[in-house]
Amino acid sequence: MELGEQSSTELYENVTCPFCGILCDDLRIERTGDQLKVLNKNCGQSAAGFERVLPPAKPQVDGRDVSLEEAVKAAAGLIKKAQLPLYGGLGTDVDGIRAVLSLADRTGGVVDHALSEAQFRNFNVLQRSGWIMSTLTEARNRADLFVIVGTNVHKLHARFFERVVCPPSSMFEDPPAKRTVVFIGEGLDTSAAVGSRIADVVNLPCKQSQVTEVLLALRARINGMAVSPSEPEAPAKRTGILSTLLPHLRGTSAPPPEIAGIKLSEIDALAERCKNARYGVMVWAPPGLNFMHADLAVQAISDMVRDLNVTTRFAGLSLGGNEGAVTAAAVSGWQTGYPSRVSFASGAPDYDSYRFSIGRMLAANEGDLLVWIASISPTLVPPETRLPKIVLATPGFRSSQQPAVFIPVGTPGIDHAGLLVRCDNVVSLPLKNLGRSRLPRVADVLAAIQSAL
Amino acid sequence: MMIKLSGGKVYDPANGVNGEVRDVFAKDGRIVAAPQDGRFDKEYDLRGRIVMAGAIDPHTHIGGGKVTIARTLMPEDHAIDEVAHTALMRSGTGHALPSTMITGYRYAEMGYTAGFEPAVLPANARQAHMELGDIPILDKGGFVMLGSDDFLLRSMAQQKDFSFIKDYIAWTMAAAQAIAVKVVNPGGISAFKFNQRKLDLDEQHVYYGITPRDIILTLARGLLELGVTHPLHVHGCNLGIPGNVETTLATIQAAEGLPLHLTHIQFHSYGTEGDRHFSSGAARIADLLKKNPNISIDVGQVMFGQTCLASGDSMRLYPTSKHADPKRSVVMDIECDAGCGVVPFRYRDKSFVHSLQWAIGLETFLLCEDPWRIFLTTDHPNGAPFYTYPHLIRLLMDRAFRKDMMQKVHPDALKNSTLPMLEREYSLFEIAILTRAGPARSLGLKNIGHLGPGACADITVYKDNADREAMFTKPELVFKNGELIVRDGTVIKIVQGATHVARPEYDPAIEKSLKEYFERYHTMRMENFRLSDEEIIEGGRGSIVVEPTGARVS
Repeated sequence: MELGEQSSTELYENVTCPFCGILCDDLRIERTGDQLKVLNKNCGQSAAGFERVLPPAKPQVDGRDVSLEEAVKAAAGLIKKAQLPLYGGLGTDVDGIRAVLSLADRTGGVVDHALSEAQFRNFNVLQRSGWIMSTLTEARNRADLFVIVGTNVHKLHARFFERVVCPPSSMFEDPPAKRTVVFIGEGLDTSAAVGSRIADVVNLPCKQSQVTEVLLALRARINGMAVSPSEPEAPAKRTGILSTLLPHLRGTSAPPPEIAGIKLSEIDALAERCKNARYGVMVWAPPGLNFMHADLAVQAISDMVRDLNVTTRFAGLSLGGNEGAVTAAAVSGWQTGYPSRVSFASGAPDYDSYRFSIGRMLAANEGDLLVWIASISPTLVPPETRLPKIVLATPGFRSSQQPAVFIPVGTPGIDHAGLLVRCDNVVSLPLKNLGRSRLPRVADVLAAIQSAL
Repeated sequence: MMIKLSGGKVYDPANGVNGEVRDVFAKDGRIVAAPQDGRFDKEYDLRGRIVMAGAIDPHTHIGGGKVTIARTLMPEDHAIDEVAHTALMRSGTGHALPSTMITGYRYAEMGYTAGFEPAVLPANARQAHMELGDIPILDKGGFVMLGSDDFLLRSMAQQKDFSFIKDYIAWTMAAAQAIAVKVVNPGGISAFKFNQRKLDLDEQHVYYGITPRDIILTLARGLLELGVTHPLHVHGCNLGIPGNVETTLATIQAAEGLPLHLTHIQFHSYGTEGDRHFSSGAARIADLLKKNPNISIDVGQVMFGQTCLASGDSMRLYPTSKHADPKRSVVMDIECDAGCGVVPFRYRDKSFVHSLQWAIGLETFLLCEDPWRIFLTTDHPNGAPFYTYPHLIRLLMDRAFRKDMMQKVHPDALKNSTLPMLEREYSLFEIAILTRAGPARSLGLKNIGHLGPGACADITVYKDNADREAMFTKPELVFKNGELIVRDGTVIKIVQGATHVARPEYDPAIEKSLKEYFERYHTMRMENFRLSDEEIIEGGRGSIVVEPTGARVS
């Protein structure tokens, strides 16, 4: 696409936003020259992403400005020399990930997304027990109960409540029925759970690290089992979690008063709401559950949802998925069988969710080259490392360590067209070329590097 | 370049060729008549070889969300079959749920040059095509799923004009870039979201008040009047439930002469006789098929070993998840559009039930007399991974081998099936119908599945071998569009296949209703729901072949 004249203005409708995993696609954006303006602003993160002024950026080798061809050649030279290149970051679109996997396969590298630590809270559960899940449109029309678990959803996804919890109409009732929204965890922004669709808002403010304990108690009560109270000031969470699992103490003592600072009566009331819901949805975002062993919270959700489905309908809904994390897992899933943390060092894909975490590998001085991709947000920076780095990033990317090779690339959905997979792992959306710059696509730069090997 | 394949024994049922020794010529990717001047650039001496068109799998779950969920769910299954890259081929993983590149290589190495993904959810169509685009070599296409999508059910409940419904069917085929339409547990996936746990053919959907019979008839008639070649592809009610043969027989009768394709019928052919109240209904179905030439089927043969059930039928896969092996499963309600269920599963020859499922599939093959109305499938990966096809072909062609295999299964299973009495052996001509000519005719694929002039030069050459499993496992040569891509069962060249679609006409005014519907209820705009051609073909991922449709009626 040709760049518009400075003075001319282009209007783009139904624009998809790549700046969070919800992928809202109803944006109207106006471009004048290389400046974008979101006309229907509903989300600060999205507006900031689109309207950010790109600083000038040139390909660099060791801090010197060079041509793109020279940078590609230098990158190819480094990759050729590397015994174990690490391909990280992975903030890119479907074609970008395809190109990463092709290059990693060819060069015996390791592939891992920058945000996979959070994603593995989900994958661990998926690969251990599976789950029953819903998607955004299904929840929007069908749910009568939303239980938001331990995640500050409104901060992570500013339009989730507007688009999924509080829409003005529902497909199945007219006028639409009211819904209950429950928040488990302290410090969660509940301000968006308002309006004509909302009946009750219930807060169960426990410490983040005790969310799992509350979920396990809730599951026990849903199944009619007794639970023991938490130690009032119990510092050891593990004792608390295990204590909630003690079965069948029914009738032997007075009902315990509190679990993780929440009255058992409130947990019981929520258990009743869950059992009486026609279609309940438990919502979380893996990055929101940022505490040790948070996969156990996801496990508790999965188990509880399964229990509830014996008599009614209930489902999980996982959000998150920023920086193309869900996309990376999907493409890696269909091309290798594994969602992330894959090594091609043996020639075949080899999967180990512990060993091939690039974060862990860098901390342990493993690998000898880091190829880092951050084409969506400039803030997706790699951890400090002694390894030489090749960085493909949107202009504005700044890390404390100078890369050996830096190549500025376009952002999918702004500088070029592309595809991303949404957080619910079902829907994928087309991203438009808004004609902001002529920066190259990650996919094309990586293909050029691969052919220069 | 003119190539000559000389002296092979040719099986090309679409053109009535049954094992005649003849030469086949190809030029610029197409089959051509023998050149007048007798000149050619390259010759392959195929004396003593068997020549067929490239095989077509008309029902194989190889692309789309549930397949990738299944892939993600079963890392330990990939670990036993990790495939290294070569100078030519990409790495990947195989076994029950092969990764995309390995899917393409392994089909090609087995002489297959086309495969059709039968369960493309409209909401997931984009991803399905991305995955199909990453399957090299094969031609492909998708059947879009309708029948539990709220737009159709609402329109039916509101008794919208039939032309409106036809416009919607055709629009959805265009939006999802599909070649056919499939219905899965008609209305049942939606009903499950309303906590209905069972929906028989004449049972009412608890919210919409319509029945699976209504839905099947609406879609089948709609496709017929739209001129779509492949009839409605039906995954019926009550999948896997003992006694469901009654539902299947009733469904055949319900068609009232409309064309229907009943898919993976093995899973819908269960009676309730015998001590264990589980028996074969295959004979009754075969009998009714004889009287109903409007019905075609594919089998969904079960083979023993580890695999994974992956289906749009959330209502039926949810209760099946208690039999998961290993013990994990995924069930999803999807986008007011569809659903899915993924359940790892291991068929055991020591199990009465699994042995009987195996026997029912074989019975179905052997009892159905018209090879043009039955296709060879395992419903990959539901009955077994697709690379069990050569073994299945031997079971059909070699009675002695079949009897040997019967010794290995649960003996009581054979007592509840007619299989031990069946002596039929399939011929090569019939196998060529089941795996080439039949699927091509049924799907309306004009230029593949046969070797007549004008066809794509997709050609598979086998060494004649009495061990048909060995023969079909490793073809000697496979050509795709005239290029030699497989030699002695190994890929030697990578090409990119085409995506086949059908585009019946619709009134674009349907988009007015759809646009409003999407804006009111969905989390995605109608404009972004539709897949463009560029999305499929860009990046050198092949081309689009628009197969002809008949004239639309009203």
